[in-house]
Amino acid sequence: MEKNLTHIALFAAFTLVLFVLPSAMLTVGVPISATSLGIMLCGTILGSVRGGLAALLFVVLVALGVPAMFGGSGGLGLFAGPRAGFLLGFPVAAFVTGLIMEKWKGPTGPVAFVAAAVGGILVLYAIGIPVMAAMLSAESLTKMFDGLPAYRNLSLPLALSALFIPGDLIKCVLVALITRTIAQMRPGALLSRA
Amino acid sequence: MGMLAIWTALLFNLNTPATLALAALSTAALPLSCGLPFALISARLLRPLWPFVVIVTLWHLLTDDPAGGATVLLRLTAAVTAANFVTMTTRLSDMLAVLTTLARPMSTLGLNPRTLALSVALVIRFVPVMLTRTDQIAAAFRARSARRPGWRVLVPALLAALDDATQVAEALRARGGSG
Repeated sequence: MEKNLTHIALFAAFTLVLFVLPSAMLTVGVPISATSLGIMLCGTILGSVRGGLAALLFVVLVALGVPAMFGGSGGLGLFAGPRAGFLLGFPVAAFVTGLIMEKWKGPTGPVAFVAAAVGGILVLYAIGIPVMAAMLSAESLTKMFDGLPAYRNLSLPLALSALFIPGDLIKCVLVALITRTIAQMRPGALLSRA
Repeated sequence: MGMLAIWTALLFNLNTPATLALAALSTAALPLSCGLPFALISARLLRPLWPFVVIVTLWHLLTDDPAGGATVLLRLTAAVTAANFVTMTTRLSDMLAVLTTLARPMSTLGLNPRTLALSVALVIRFVPVMLTRTDQIAAAFRARSARRPGWRVLVPALLAALDDATQVAEALRARGGSG
């Protein structure tokens, strides 16, 4: 159906706009980007399959270097960098967010908050953090693995991610508010509950 | 792109700072071979990496492993520079051709390559429309209030974009559909 196609393209474009926006610095060297806000909204508004496809389309366009057309940075380079796992985890995160939204028929706002937190934080970090750990220091991690308990392996990226979580919770609240407003004003556009 | 995959795999298999420094230098020669302005843009594209450079440097200084830190940093910058070189020297239409070829096996799963090309084109067209619309909404907000618009423009911008998408869907259907 044409509406599916245009809405998937629309949310991929929306996420791309958020991706291109300059990210605010929370603490020294830790950027808080709005990209995952777009990913969460893909899930809560479009639902599992369509949301996952929109996020996948966004990731493909980043790989093709499209953000450079709008003044951002993109290209295959990002997939060789430390954030590769987060980029590749976006479609899965959007899918899980959408799945919770579809299956749990509770009040729109609170359900959207929980769905965004599970999909956009838990699932996304489960994929993103191990990749970040591998990209940043493969040797020193294996070296540490010999003499230290296994959990120490993730300490650097985990400490990093703990810095991101307050910003991510704010994003989840925004997602809940936006999703509820859209459910009220354009009930037909909330494809996850249609 | 195949060359890029091989080069990146090679970078991740080199383990000493000396060999990696050599590899990083030969990677840096790629953008330099296209002239100084090109190389400067290439260097600017490495800017998003700096938080990681700071953290990795601090971490390896704390754990007293400068050689390991140098290895990670050289590998990271070389891999990203090589990948950016491919992106900078390839036209979007060529990239799309590669994508269509890669997506051909997916057509058995029901993904039409034409649908993929259409959705990519739609996204590229939607982005400037959304940016203009968001600017208009932000300007209207500033005319009414002394506060900064900030995230308050998100909802009206998204609602306007949803209406646009619905209209585009109707227009597509009127012109014979997306299939």
